[in-house]
Amino acid sequence: MATHGKVTGIVANLVTVQVDGPVGQNEICYITLGSEKLMAEVIKITADRAFVQVFESTRGLTVGCPAEFTGHMLEVQLGPGMLSRKYDGLQNNLEAMEGVYLRRGQYTAPLDIEASWDFIPLVKVGDLVRAADWIGEVDEGWVKHKVMVPFDLEGKLTVVSVVSAGSHKAGDTVAVLKAADGSETSVSMVMRWPVKVEVRAFAEKVRPFKILETGVRSIDTLNPIAEGGTGFIPGPFGCGKTVLQHAISKQAEADIIIIVACGERANEVVEIFTEFPELDDPRTGRKLMERTIIICNTSNMPVAAREASVYTGMTIAEYYRMMGLKVLLLADSTSRWAQALREMANRMEELPGPDAFPMDLPAIISNFYSRAGFVKLHNGKSGSITFVGTVSPAGGNLKEPVTESTKKAARCFYALAQSRADSKRYPAIDPIDSYSKYLEYPEVTGYLDANIEDGWVAKVMRLKDILLRGKEARDQINILGDDGVPLEYHVNFYRSEVIDFIILQQDAFDKVDASTPIRRQQYMVNRVLGICDEKLSFVGFEQVPTLFKKLINILRQMNYQEFNSDQFRSLESELDREIAARRVS
Amino acid sequence: MSGQGFKPKAFQKVYTRIDNITKATCTITAQGISNEEMAYVDGRPAQVVKINGEKVTLQVFPGTQGIATNAEVVFTGKPPSVKVSEEMRGRFFDAYGLPIDGGPAVEGEEREIGGPSANPVRRKQPSELIATGIAGIDLNNTLVTGQKIPFFADPDQPFNQVMADVALRAKADVIILGGMGMSNDDYLYFKTVFENAGALNRIISFMNTTENPPVERLLVPDMCLTTAEYFAVDKNAKVLVLLTDMTLFADALAIVSNRMDQIPSKDSMPGSLYSDLAKIYEKAVQLPSGGSITIVAVTTLSGGDITHAIPDNTGYITEGQLYLRRDTDISKVIIDPFRSLSRLKMLVIGKKTRKDHPQVMNACIRLYADAANARTKLDNGFDLTDYDRRCLDFAREYSRSLLAIDVNIEIEKMLDTAWSLFGAHFTKEEVAIKQEFVDKHWPKIAEKA
Ligand SMILES: Nc1ncnc2c1ncn2[C@@H]1O[C@H](COP(=O)(O)OP(=O)(O)OP(=O)(O)O)[C@@H](O)[C@H]1O
Ligand SMILES: [Mg+2]
Repeated sequence: MATHGKVTGIVANLVTVQVDGPVGQNEICYITLGSEKLMAEVIKITADRAFVQVFESTRGLTVGCPAEFTGHMLEVQLGPGMLSRKYDGLQNNLEAMEGVYLRRGQYTAPLDIEASWDFIPLVKVGDLVRAADWIGEVDEGWVKHKVMVPFDLEGKLTVVSVVSAGSHKAGDTVAVLKAADGSETSVSMVMRWPVKVEVRAFAEKVRPFKILETGVRSIDTLNPIAEGGTGFIPGPFGCGKTVLQHAISKQAEADIIIIVACGERANEVVEIFTEFPELDDPRTGRKLMERTIIICNTSNMPVAAREASVYTGMTIAEYYRMMGLKVLLLADSTSRWAQALREMANRMEELPGPDAFPMDLPAIISNFYSRAGFVKLHNGKSGSITFVGTVSPAGGNLKEPVTESTKKAARCFYALAQSRADSKRYPAIDPIDSYSKYLEYPEVTGYLDANIEDGWVAKVMRLKDILLRGKEARDQINILGDDGVPLEYHVNFYRSEVIDFIILQQDAFDKVDASTPIRRQQYMVNRVLGICDEKLSFVGFEQVPTLFKKLINILRQMNYQEFNSDQFRSLESELDREIAARRVS
Repeated sequence: MSGQGFKPKAFQKVYTRIDNITKATCTITAQGISNEEMAYVDGRPAQVVKINGEKVTLQVFPGTQGIATNAEVVFTGKPPSVKVSEEMRGRFFDAYGLPIDGGPAVEGEEREIGGPSANPVRRKQPSELIATGIAGIDLNNTLVTGQKIPFFADPDQPFNQVMADVALRAKADVIILGGMGMSNDDYLYFKTVFENAGALNRIISFMNTTENPPVERLLVPDMCLTTAEYFAVDKNAKVLVLLTDMTLFADALAIVSNRMDQIPSKDSMPGSLYSDLAKIYEKAVQLPSGGSITIVAVTTLSGGDITHAIPDNTGYITEGQLYLRRDTDISKVIIDPFRSLSRLKMLVIGKKTRKDHPQVMNACIRLYADAANARTKLDNGFDLTDYDRRCLDFAREYSRSLLAIDVNIEIEKMLDTAWSLFGAHFTKEEVAIKQEFVDKHWPKIAEKA
């Protein structure tokens, strides 16, 4: 029999419930208030008192309101039909909700179990299968959506029956499996999974070895992220975290994009809703929305559901990874998730850690990041989740608990610099402070050299050196004055400016410049390094900026043109002429 | 005091024994009380903030001074609410929605304040430009209906005047002014400006002045926004909500959480500051029906420090911010082009305005930045190049003719002004704008090298 309880105390969304039976940590319960049922999660238990965080406003709640426990943790429903959906943090389908304003206690089905799909079986009666094996597939848009053995089934199972190819409803049984102990399980196209538990029904998680192209030059060229890798983007407000993430979500060469808008602005999600159905996915020619799932729990939506939203996104990502797909998961902003944890910890009067965040924050963050990764499936195929989160450091100061904990967990660090944003050098990724640990992976460097060009990684390192030298030159010029330094300093500075303006800076709002395929990145890197290698003659330091500004101007116009178009070529000839005029003969 | 003289009705629960009294709260033993419901303690408005068994803690808005343990506590059974109707136009209310202008009480539908959020999928992308005539805003930081944006300003800057200008020029159907900790002089200033503009019937005000208890301020934004929702949703009106000063609102939050023994986070602010502020600002919305709520707020800074928790959290929530700064070169207050930002401007500039707008805007700011570098050189005693000197000249004129808050011109005129400044001080390469725009707009007479 299900456990019941009664409300005995209320502080904001922390409610205490006296229970009449067993309850589990993280178990879900529903509190009845009039005609509404409010969903809540157990976060602490002392004797017969359960402390629950309510996923809704608790206004009007009184002592004595009844609660009913469900016996399971917070779960998502997984099955065909999730692509292009817009969910809240608890996986309610937002489109299915009535009215302009969200109504408390309104829960909507994440999937349409009545929808019919053209099922093709991939197993036959008598086959031995195990958790996550592919039983069949349906076309979910352009994705071959696999119907899998439920992830929680243990050991080898025998296929007792499987339906024949044809149209079947998502909720109908498509196969029956028999376990070693003789028990039988009916499998439909839909399964459930608790969000805080990683789906681990794969063969192994391997080290990432290839890069995931994002189309963003200062990532792909300077600090590439690996497929199955992790990265994070910390930066003060307004420095371009969201714009950068949106740019990545539009261009990255992933099969599935899951965007978790976690405690940020509603208008930013509306922008995705408005643009993605119009924009083409460069790889499939279909609309971007068709490969995208959005989890949005904006800043004004209930705080506890905000905490759940990142897990909801991760679990859906894991589900698609088990189909052998390349998933990119983006969360903006993980700081809001951490703050949700803090608000709850404070209400529970837990002993606070630094900045009043819970003591176990670093563990929670690292645990979450570790769910990303490149996996080999039992059938020999592979799938991946690449995860990029943003961090919103208080006061823009990177010495704060969320940034520091994330730095330990994520392998790429894309620090957005206020000074770059102030001077509109977008994306404001600081080229000196940022790093990609993957550039230290021999597998990755080997992959880059083999797939872009031989010696590529060395070129990337040269770019970084020139940038660093440019920064040093500028510091010296600022201290000693334009004519207080050798002319070479000016040249060094402007070499770094060429890299900055042409490789690093990228106009996220220009049709062409927004996304640069790796071949074009390669071409421009070679052009720019070529300019840096030129021996140029100058009479007086004033000539240095004059020439370089001209070159930068031409190169920038090139970035705005279609690659190798006539305009591109003619600008390039102009560039060659300008350089030739100054070349030491 | 407003809210006093409250008479309990027959069905309301009345208690006369208070167990505990702190500076801001009372705790009594009571049953069947609902979370967040309103009550009156000795006639003073209060709200349920915590229930533990039969112990009910009330936050008393005006404070508890003078309250005795046998004071009468009356529960209303309802969360805080406001009566909304067309009759509100032109009226001035206190934080509880009671008239302070001597007029009669407003009849209307009673609505809970602090209601739910708009479903993100039901929102529309903002796309309607709000012209203010101020080039520092329209040219560099264009505002859009449904946006939320604060002025970041030091307390001595004329932010209330700029807000009044914006409000009156913005062509909103309804303007709702929420005053929090506003000085009586500023309150009277707004009143006079609105009256003189003949705009009073478009304006509704909720006022908490420095003479009122600070904790009462906590109700003001929700009062304003519930009223705004009535006009925007029910009447499809374009509503502009002005909230000044949100720093004083946040200070009141800190007072309360402190008295509730919550663990403070950065700058003694409650850990929930982000969520608390976001609940307010996210009420800004563009509705599909055409109605909208735009929020322009003021966040005063202390010593220009924007890393303080209040401006910092605000910046993370709002869609940009407008900095006021005194430009000593021209001795005028300008909208600082460096740190100011309207994030929604991309939705309208070059689309609803002339095509060259984005590039002109960026070029101006880049050249202004070069001027700032030249100034640093100058301050450090280095020689200036010819380019440096031209940048400085440009910056001065740019500041005077476009950035100053007393500018009031059309956007086309702003763009033309910028082009004439380019022509007067720079070569085409230095300005580096797309060729098609240069061909079209580069001033013919002032042609340079
Ligand atoms: N690549 C870019 N190109 C042009 N403008 C940009 C770019 N990146 C950011 N911006 C500008 O900066 C503004 C803020 O960017 P964004 O919203 O991404 O900041 P954020 O770091 O996410 O801030 P917050 O932490 O407050 O959410 C944008 O509205 C845009 O005006
Ligand atoms: Mg953002």
